[in-house]
Amino acid sequence: MAGKIRIRAQLDGDTCEVKALMRHPMETGLRKDQAGEPIPANYIEEVTVTHNDKVVMHGYWGAAVSANPFLGVRFAGGEAGDKVTVSWRGNTGETGEGETTIR
Amino acid sequence: MKVEPIGGMARREFLKVGALIAAAVALPGKLWAAATKPDAAFAATDLNATFAALGQTPTESAGIIFTTPDIAENGAVVPIKIEVDEAVLSGVSRLYVMVEKNPNPMAAMFSVVEGSKPYIETRVKVAQTCNLYAVAENEEGFFMVSKETKVTLGGCGG
Repeated sequence: MAGKIRIRAQLDGDTCEVKALMRHPMETGLRKDQAGEPIPANYIEEVTVTHNDKVVMHGYWGAAVSANPFLGVRFAGGEAGDKVTVSWRGNTGETGEGETTIR
Repeated sequence: MKVEPIGGMARREFLKVGALIAAAVALPGKLWAAATKPDAAFAATDLNATFAALGQTPTESAGIIFTTPDIAENGAVVPIKIEVDEAVLSGVSRLYVMVEKNPNPMAAMFSVVEGSKPYIETRVKVAQTCNLYAVAENEEGFFMVSKETKVTLGGCGG
């Protein structure tokens, strides 16, 4: 299931601050369930933040990022009303995307 | 369908469409310094092996401002913040977060695209009390700052 992302993008002078909260379990693959069976790894592997379709931040994650990950980034040159997106791709091939406008 | 006469055409069309899609997917990669995932660094099981996989042990730098909690009650959610003082360290292209005693120390890697700030806020899991490392990479090499976080409840337990 594609996860939803809550995003806020706010201008602070000439810098735009983006805060995103993704819904994701971030399973490491090292944990076991109550029956002792290993829980398969399921984590976000790649995250991309764009501003008006231009990539402003790109990251690769391991399983050590917390569940329901939070990400804060800053970039210069944003203007109110510009489009900001955050998207992710999981190790299982799952994807998620969220979009907002700068205010 | 009359497969025989148009079979070749269909295949050619298919390849053409495929190439277009491939070009569209590859395009964002050309707009910024494309980074491939350093799998070896993510798979490394101790800090020195992680540094070795990146190619260099970072030198200490005062240019990285690393904000971490001194004590984390819950190791599963440890907020961290990395900022770079661009007057000291300029042209930072990558930021890395490492947790010394996690099963795989490398937690995250970020590519700082030109125009964006070398600034990252996120939350990581910390298995046990240990040092957290913020590493910045620029053309001159790797730089780091480490800080200890005491964990009262582990981050990777069931």
